[in-house]
Amino acid sequence: MALIDVSNITKSYKVYPSPWARFKEWFLPNANVEHKIKCVIKGVSFTVGEGESVGIIGLNGAGKSTLLKMITGTTKPTAGSIKLAGKVVALLELGMGFHPDFTGRQNIFMAGQLLGMTQKQLEQWMPEIEAFAEIGDYIDQPVRVYSSGMQMRLAFSLATIKRPAILIIDEALSVGDAYFQHKSFERIRQFREKGTTLLIVSHDKAAIQTLCDRAILLDDGIVAMEGAPEHVMDFYNAMIAEHENETVTFNKTDSGKTQTVSGTGEVTIHKAQLLNQSGEIIELADVGQKVRLSIDINVEENINELVLGYVIKDRLGLPVYGTNTHHLKQTLQGLTKSERIHYEFDFDLNLGEGNYSIAIAAHTSDTHLDKNYQWQDLAYVFNVININKQPFVGVTWLPPTMRCRRG
Amino acid sequence: MNKYLAPLWQYRGFIVASVVREFQLKHRSSILGSVWSILNPLSMIVIYTVIFSQIMKAKLPGVESIYGYSVYLCAGIIFWGLFAEMMARFQTLFLDNGNILKKLNFPRLTLPIIIILSSLLNVSIILGIFFIFLLFTGQFPTSSILAVMPVLLVQLIFTVGLGMSLSILNVFFRDIGQFFTIIVQFWFWLTPIVYPIKILPDAIQKILLTWNPIAPLMSAYQTIFVYATMPKWDSLLIPLLAGLLLCIFGLSLYLKHSADIVDEL
Repeated sequence: MALIDVSNITKSYKVYPSPWARFKEWFLPNANVEHKIKCVIKGVSFTVGEGESVGIIGLNGAGKSTLLKMITGTTKPTAGSIKLAGKVVALLELGMGFHPDFTGRQNIFMAGQLLGMTQKQLEQWMPEIEAFAEIGDYIDQPVRVYSSGMQMRLAFSLATIKRPAILIIDEALSVGDAYFQHKSFERIRQFREKGTTLLIVSHDKAAIQTLCDRAILLDDGIVAMEGAPEHVMDFYNAMIAEHENETVTFNKTDSGKTQTVSGTGEVTIHKAQLLNQSGEIIELADVGQKVRLSIDINVEENINELVLGYVIKDRLGLPVYGTNTHHLKQTLQGLTKSERIHYEFDFDLNLGEGNYSIAIAAHTSDTHLDKNYQWQDLAYVFNVININKQPFVGVTWLPPTMRCRRG
Repeated sequence: MNKYLAPLWQYRGFIVASVVREFQLKHRSSILGSVWSILNPLSMIVIYTVIFSQIMKAKLPGVESIYGYSVYLCAGIIFWGLFAEMMARFQTLFLDNGNILKKLNFPRLTLPIIIILSSLLNVSIILGIFFIFLLFTGQFPTSSILAVMPVLLVQLIFTVGLGMSLSILNVFFRDIGQFFTIIVQFWFWLTPIVYPIKILPDAIQKILLTWNPIAPLMSAYQTIFVYATMPKWDSLLIPLLAGLLLCIFGLSLYLKHSADIVDEL
């Protein structure tokens, strides 16, 4: 049985050149039509069955959040229909309706009622909500003294106090600290086992591949592909490679980090990419995969010496590995203006699962501290997932050969 | 109809909780708390009474009591205050709640109801003080007091109709809010609240009572409280009709544009 039935929906906005144009169209009978129709969802259909979990992926602006808003009902499709069979809980905006001046307990009642729960139900569920949130005596303190993590804990406990038929999860679901993240994912997993339908929207390919039975790729308002997560992911990678320039921007804005570019500017880093063995740009790599880091440099002024270095950092920004052409004994001398240089670094990507970034620096001598032409943080961002190796933990892939003797 | 009313009933807890919360919020972190709700209107009554009846010895034509003018002023200002408060809140109804409207799916109709109830709660506190003042000065209009109810009902219909229309228009044309804030100031002085309508020339009296739907309402309250007589019921016909028309206009605007409201916020 289909719990979510999205049938041929479109969403378009009227874009008026000015408020005055809208005014004329609304109130003057013979006004010219000046608005343009901007279509963000162009005929999307899919169904999600009971107990299924489906991931929706796509670039920024592909229409994911608009689609989600229509499914949760905050905005309506221009055409087409969405049928939902069962109660929907959306973990999109945890803590909506919380007021900083009221206590956690008071806010639970307020926000709970905004979510459609009744006073009586909330009274009954209160001990359970408190117990799951594990915020102790803070429950009777005003929410303004809470850490953001505590606020999330309370909001998550409230939103998921009863198992919904349909659970919609936003990519940004990071509820407090690692312990609570684990606890909240455990609860989601339990819901899923008991038959809750999951709809997960994410850019995070690893999350989609681990949690979903099926993935839907949304591109420019249409379903570009639907199928097994691996296949959709491959297609997504290829699609990104096609318009590579967008890839970089997309990654940066999405992670919410800002790239730092600094330096004196005699040399600029033009392009940095991670390629697979067939020379395609990849964002998602397998543990141990052979990859090539390709970097293009433009020389803007005549300089005597150039060293290029890179550092691979984990998601917390801690360096995992870094080296430069000085240590690799390939320092270049006597460069002239408008020269272009192409570097290739081939290596096995012996990293653990996770999100990594590459910082690149062009400088002289052995560190960028001496003379820094250009430094680029987050020059490239990629994910590593474990497709065919034995499971392991950590940021490096150090496979042992094992022996053991008994007796 | 049931499509709209059933969810409202389901969300009654939310409505009540929101009204209570708003009331509490007003007086959070103040030592006297809700006492301020009483002190404000009380000071208003005291000031008008002292200045107009004691210092200026202002008297209403045809009213013997020294408190006559003060009662006249209070009656007008209390109910105008209700109108102005509701209008101010209605104008920004969707803009203020943009965040939850965009992110949560709940019956939108709860929002205007919260405004109506919490404004009524505020005005009832002020009216309570006013009634005590009337009892103490022996001015309580026992014979006509119940007539306040229908007049208030007409005022609410008019305010809700106008307020809902403006709240929707203000989402798309933000000028409306700015513009209306100015209009309200003129409107106040174009309504006989501070001055008795009798001081105006007959022709202007007629224009005001015909074209200013608030004027007959205020005049009805003043009749009830100052003269302790029933208002002229037929004078309420214009505000009632205007109110109903505005309600229909507002509803049609809402039905036509409700889908776009969230997108525009």
